[in-house]
This record gives sequence, structure tokens and C-alpha cells, in this order.
Amino acid sequence: MASTPRAQAMTGAEAVRRSIEGGRTDWRSVAFQGFLVLLLVLTLAVLAWLLVVVFVNGVPVLAERGADFLFSPLASRPAEAGVGQAIVGSLYLMLFVALISFPLGIGAAVYLEEYAHDSRFTRLINTIVRNLAGVPSIVYGLLGLAIFVVALADFTGGRSLLSGGLTMAILVLPIVIITSAEALRAVPGAIREAAFGVGATRWEVVRSHVLPYAAPGIFTGTILSMARAFGETAPLILVGAVVGGFNVEYDNILGTLQGRYTALPTTVYDWARKPPSFSGNVYAAIVVLIVVLLLVNALAIYLRNRFERRW
Amino acid sequence: MTASDQPSARISIGDLRGSPARRRRELTVRILFLAAASLSIVISLLIIVSLAGQAWTFISQVDLALIVERGWFPRRDLYSIQTIVAGTLTVATIGMLVAAPLGLGAAIYLSEYASSRVRRTIKPILEILAGIPSVVLGYFALQVISPTIVDPICPGATEGFNMAAAGIGVGILITPLIASVAEDAMYAVPGSLREASYGLGARKRTTSLKIVFPAAISGIVAALILGFSRGIGETMVVSIAAGATGGSLFTVNPCEPGQTMTAAMTALATGSDQVRGATLAFPSLFFVGLVLFVFTLVLNLVADRFVRSVRIRY
Repeated sequence: MASTPRAQAMTGAEAVRRSIEGGRTDWRSVAFQGFLVLLLVLTLAVLAWLLVVVFVNGVPVLAERGADFLFSPLASRPAEAGVGQAIVGSLYLMLFVALISFPLGIGAAVYLEEYAHDSRFTRLINTIVRNLAGVPSIVYGLLGLAIFVVALADFTGGRSLLSGGLTMAILVLPIVIITSAEALRAVPGAIREAAFGVGATRWEVVRSHVLPYAAPGIFTGTILSMARAFGETAPLILVGAVVGGFNVEYDNILGTLQGRYTALPTTVYDWARKPPSFSGNVYAAIVVLIVVLLLVNALAIYLRNRFERRW
Repeated sequence: MTASDQPSARISIGDLRGSPARRRRELTVRILFLAAASLSIVISLLIIVSLAGQAWTFISQVDLALIVERGWFPRRDLYSIQTIVAGTLTVATIGMLVAAPLGLGAAIYLSEYASSRVRRTIKPILEILAGIPSVVLGYFALQVISPTIVDPICPGATEGFNMAAAGIGVGILITPLIASVAEDAMYAVPGSLREASYGLGARKRTTSLKIVFPAAISGIVAALILGFSRGIGETMVVSIAAGATGGSLFTVNPCEPGQTMTAAMTALATGSDQVRGATLAFPSLFFVGLVLFVFTLVLNLVADRFVRSVRIRY
């Protein structure tokens, strides 16, 4: 681990403390450390509290409704309403993110890390990417509303799945670029030099040497950015994810893409604003949402630990 | 080598370039990657153009006297920007009051006190907290935080909707962000500084507070600014827990329902399809978005400055 100098510092501190204090307890230091632990425990307790409330209220509803809740469409009566359409909608949105943001984001990261020199242009792009990652998600919703829903209405069909998917793809693009660039930066230069030394071109170096070594890091980053998109609500409300019940069957792909849609977090938001009789449904939908996110996060952490490489 | 004796065998530039097909492929790939990288410029231009265009429509058509009116009721054509800016700052400030002590405390503990095993356990848990969707925290704030924490302090808070609950929810949401950025900054302070402090006989507490904390101060300031910026842009918690979906009078009282810039936008978008109608509601959405965008952009740029000054020093 990289903490060796620190470990030495700690043992040094220990020795000095012993010899100077001669076994006396410094109560103010103890109090300070206790205060820090209290703050950390408080943070973790909030998380635990949230999870307990959600599961205690949500699991009974899920247990009672069973698969019916997972596959039923939206409805105006809480006992009939389910998250079927919402799950399908969210999966479609993830597909957009995977197909659009991943290639574009990884491509941009490869350009910034492997091709570009440290020019004014590169620094500009880097600054822009970092700032795009900090733009509130609802502003991306406005972008989608202006461009996809209004300006390109003939192509997207207005407030459609296509508009929502494209907006989501743009939203996660900067995150994909940043995480992929970090993964590429972690690959040591010696790997590249060795490949250049035997006459590989830049693309051959990237394709056969740098990308395979950076793959676990890139993969983890893309999974986490997908999780982020899965829980995102605000932009979808602006680009017209349906709030309130809808019941439409589309039998062709174009109809689906240009048709109305909803997503899991949007459904949670909609039900949260309904009368208290919907409260059980809200918690059940949140359980579904959180379970999916925890699984995805666990997968990312597992991949990172499994394939992490120290040079 | 004696190759220079035979001029016909001399290597030309063309030989060193390799095959033309390989060079062509190389160029194509390079252009594709460049295009992908340039896309971020296009996106940011599109954001600015789409926001500014509609915002201009709004400014040029709205009666400017209405902007300083003390209330935000778009359905009645009352667009008081200061009302929703005040709401936004109220909620974000409450969020910071919650998140700054929690986040910084966790950061100091993890960076200076925790063993590497505790660090490895706690950091993924904080990442999970960071990954909880804001819509979930919004419902938690409305259903749990409002009755249990806010109600005893503000008796008679209207139907559970108030800015205090929303602010606490936002605070919980930005705590992991502040903790992670501040911890990174303190962890990056070189061990030699700590050793020098211990060598002078300083305690661990003194070293943490008087040496490491000041050395990492720009990263810590950046963490707080990023947290505030995130709190300003947070949408779902406020939309669900702060109430005032129909509009709000000017208020900074945390016990009352209030409207933030973000919540005003979702309220406009979900109210009905009027957002696309002929009224000023549709362009007002973009004007609010532009104000929000400028707020967060300035904060993020400042934070970026601070973060980079840490990186240069160590």
C-alpha cells in the first residue's frame, strides 16, 4: 500500500507521545477523535435509517403483490399499479446510454489521453468536460427539451423515448469520458513504448495494448455511469417521461422509439405526489430501484477489486 | 553499415512510412477520436444556445416590473426571480449546515485516524450513499425527516412540506461528495509534513487540525464549493419535499414551503402541457435554467481552480 510513510509517521508519533506524556491520557484528544467518529457514524446511520425505512415499508407490498407488481402497467388504483412499463422504459434508456455514450465517451478519452498533445485545444476540451460533468442534470433536461423535443420533433416524435434516451446519453457522456481517461492514464508509459519499439502504429498500440490493460477501469466507470443514469429523474421529467398512467402497446420499433415512455425513478416521483394510499407502492418501487442500483454498484466494486492491477 | 556503397538500396522516407493502407487507417481512426472529443464542445455550445435563445424570448417579452414582484406564480404571469433564488439559497444553505460538519468530520477521520482496513470498508459504503437516487431521498425527506426532525422544531409545518426537510435531504445527498473530495485533498498531503509536526512533539489532533487541514485547505474549500453547487442544482429532493408546487411568495423561513429554481422548473414541466403553450411559462423555464447554469458554472470553475492548486503543490 502507498501508506508506508504514513505508517512510519504513526509509529513515530506513538513513540514521541509515550515518552512525553508518560502514560497520561489527553482527554481533549480523545474527545476530538470521539467527535470525528460520531460524525462518521451519524453519516452511516442516516444511510442505515433510510434503507430500513424503505425496506420495512416496501418489502411487505412486494411480498403481497409479488411478480404482479413488477409486470403490471401504470394504473390509477394503487392495488393495480405496477412498475412493468417503468422497468422496460428504464432498460431502453440504459440501452441508449450504452450504445451512444460508451463508444463516444471512450473514443473521446482515447483521443485526450493517447493522441492529443498538451495544446490549448486539449486543455479547452478537458475544462469543458469537467464543467459538463458539474452541470445540474435538470439543465440537460432543458437541452433535451429545446433540441430533441421541440427542434427535432419530426425525427424524434416530440416527448418520446428517443428524446429521453438521447438526453440521457448526453448527460452521462462527460462522466464516461472522465472515468475512461483516468483508467487510460493509469496504464504505464512503458507498455506503450514497448509496443512502439516493435513498430506498432498509434492505433495498434491503443487497440492491442493500452485498451486491454485499461479495460477493467473503463468497465467499472461505465457501469457506475449507467447506475447514475438509472436513478436520474429530473431531466426525464422535462423531456416528457410520462407521469401519470398510460397504457400503450407499440408493435414496431419506430412506434416504440417515437412513442411515450416512463422510467422507474419517474414513476417513483409521480406516485410520491399522489395521495397517501400510494405510499406502499412508492416504497415498493424504491426497493426495486435500490436493489438494482446496489447490485450494479456491487458488480462494479467486485470488478474493480478483481481486476485491479498495481504497476 | 555499408549500405551507402550501393545508392540503389538507400532507404527513402517512403519506406519508413509503412504501407499506405495502414497510414490511411491510422488517419481515419484519429479523425474519429477527434470527432468524439470535439462533441463535448458541441454539447456545451448547444446548452448555451438553447438556454440563451429562449431566455432572451422571455426577457424581451416579460414585463420587467414583474420580475422584482415578491412572488413566483407562473400561472398568473408573476415571475419573481428573487423569490426562487432566495428559496434555492435557503435550501442549499441548510444542506451545507448538515453536510459540511458530517462530510469534513468523516474526511478527517478517514484520512488521519482510520486504519487502512476501516478506510477500505467505509469508502465503498459512502459511495453507496452517494449513489442513492435523489428521488428516493426526496421521499425520505418528506415522509421521515419532516415529521421526525423538522416538526418538533417548527410546530405546525404545513402538511410536512417545508424547506428545512428538503434542505436536510439535500445535505444528506451532498455529504459523501464533500467527504470524498476533502478526504482526497488531505490524503494527498505528504507524510513528511506530519512527521515534521510529530518531530516537534505535536499531538495527532494538533497535527490534523493545524498542519494537515491548512495544507489541504484549497481542496477542502473546493469540496465545500462543489457541495454547495450540487445543492443548488439538486432537483428531486426539493420538488418532492419543499412543497409550493403552484408557486410561492418570497420567503426564507425554513419552516415554510418554498420554491427553488430547480423545483420551479419541474413544477412548470409537470403542471400540464401548458409548458409548450403560448404563454411565457415555456421560455421562463429556460430563463430559470440559464440563471441556474451560470450559478453552478461559476461555482464549479472556482472549485476547479482550488482543486488544481492542490495538485500543483504536492
